[in-house]
Amino acid sequence: MLSPSDLEAIWLTFRVATTVTVILLLIGTPIAWWLARTRSRLKGPISAIVALPLVLPPTVLGFYLLIAMGPNGFIGQLTQELGLGTLPFTFWGLIVASVFYSLPFVVQPIQNAIEAIGERPLEVAATLRAGSWDRFFTVVLPLAKPGFITAAILGFTHTVGEFGVVLMIGGNIPGQTRVVSVQIYDHVEALEYDQAHKLAAIMIIFSFLVLLSLYSFQRKNTLWGAK
Amino acid sequence: MTIKNTRMKNAKQGLQAKFHLQHSKSRFALNVDLTLPDSGVTAIFGESGSGKTTLLRCIAGLEKAQQGHFVMKGETWQSDTSFLPTHKRSLGYVFQESSLFPHLTAKGNLDYAIKRSGIPLPAHLYDQVINLMGIESILANNSQQLSGGEKQRVAIARALLIQPTLLLMDEPLASLDNARKHEILPYLEKLKSTLKTPILYVSHSVEEVMRLADHVVLMHNGQVATQGSVADVFSQLKSPLLMNHDTSVIWQGKIVEQDDKWHLSKVSCSGTELWLRNNGDALGQTIRVRILATDVSLTLTHHDDSSIVNKLPVTVLDIVPDQDPAMALIKLKTEQNTLIARLTYRSVDHLALTAGKTLWAQIKSVALVR
Repeated sequence: MLSPSDLEAIWLTFRVATTVTVILLLIGTPIAWWLARTRSRLKGPISAIVALPLVLPPTVLGFYLLIAMGPNGFIGQLTQELGLGTLPFTFWGLIVASVFYSLPFVVQPIQNAIEAIGERPLEVAATLRAGSWDRFFTVVLPLAKPGFITAAILGFTHTVGEFGVVLMIGGNIPGQTRVVSVQIYDHVEALEYDQAHKLAAIMIIFSFLVLLSLYSFQRKNTLWGAK
Repeated sequence: MTIKNTRMKNAKQGLQAKFHLQHSKSRFALNVDLTLPDSGVTAIFGESGSGKTTLLRCIAGLEKAQQGHFVMKGETWQSDTSFLPTHKRSLGYVFQESSLFPHLTAKGNLDYAIKRSGIPLPAHLYDQVINLMGIESILANNSQQLSGGEKQRVAIARALLIQPTLLLMDEPLASLDNARKHEILPYLEKLKSTLKTPILYVSHSVEEVMRLADHVVLMHNGQVATQGSVADVFSQLKSPLLMNHDTSVIWQGKIVEQDDKWHLSKVSCSGTELWLRNNGDALGQTIRVRILATDVSLTLTHHDDSSIVNKLPVTVLDIVPDQDPAMALIKLKTEQNTLIARLTYRSVDHLALTAGKTLWAQIKSVALVR
């Protein structure tokens, strides 16, 4: 049914999307927390930077990341000093690029959820002797749970769906950077429409199911939690 | 030497609050320097915008005053050089609106406090708090299913189960309708008489203050206008407190006699005896009564031919003008208590009232506050 290279592409896509989602939740949460609660003048500029991938062509993002991660770029020099070589056209290069590319899709739902909680539950927890980590895990996390779930789903699916950034930064290396979207492109270039159809249909069904689950989940939940 | 030691000891035991806070975006400034009793209920009273909630938030450490000093039973919560974060202060806080965690049950909310109090919870205290607030039957409910009054009772129980050395209550009844208020007030009274924890109670309701408070701090424009015992503060003639409310005095006393034939109770307020309708209170019960200035009239001689039941010998202390130019407020003294009468200036002239004159006060009605 599916060729070994198709299966390899699906497995790679899954690994990339999962890794990116985990990393995004880890770095997106503090950014969202800060954006939701700060009164700093930097809030505007930082929000704009986080949101840039929403409007930029992926080629622009990919182009600058390619330069930054290249041998003379600042990320490239850092990775070389750490003995990691340069990142473009590797799995981890793809991860770094995808993290930037999908950042707004994770930060914004979490930020909205934290903003909706407000100060009061945190103040209440503080008067009940909860320290700041305790407050985060026992109040913020449960109350903002729908926001975190939305963020994880959007981050995952958006990473699965990327193409332009992958081409710019990852190229087309089997098992390393050849994800499903690139594989479909290859099939079409080679006029293997049957193969392209199968993968494209899988993508449509997968995306539809994910979005369906997201919307039915959101209808059952407000930002405050289960109704 | 002995006196000095006693004073120092008292100062250590009391509750000292000194805050200076300027909001950056408004003109509001809080400026207080208070020493408060560390037992009983102290009401922080004033109109909205007077700074009472801000004061409470400063005490809790939820708001950081630019300059602050707070000592509670010898423990410093804030000074020029230190600021103890809220979660390290031994306090309980009841917020104005329902503040239960929506993702937990009523019991889950209580457990949240119990787990973090740092003091083992004696089983009898748990039972006592649950009974006191009457929440046994709703413990398993999701907090979002509870009514406004139930939520607030659970919130008060939660604040108590943390076993605080100071309980702060920020208008706990203000978000409730009248029926709910009267549902919760008796619980607060029980709380006050059962537990030893000192309570700071923010309110703008005269009724709540008269029923609950032992000590009153009157706030105005971010400053303390006056403070004292509830009887003293409410018997001040020129207090801004009296501008918006019916002038009255509060007496506290014990029921010493029941007259079953006429359904009356005799209450003794530090030696002065009054009759009031029997409200079902037991002999020996401590109650509070409120006497409105408009319910007090004066006569030069003792009249037996009158329908008035309560007649007391009084001495005039002071006469001040009321807001109404025809009326005067007469401050009177019984043996131990203060009484205020509101009379026309014509009557003042007719009776030739001056400070020091002795005569009889007739009290038309005595209202039980609690």
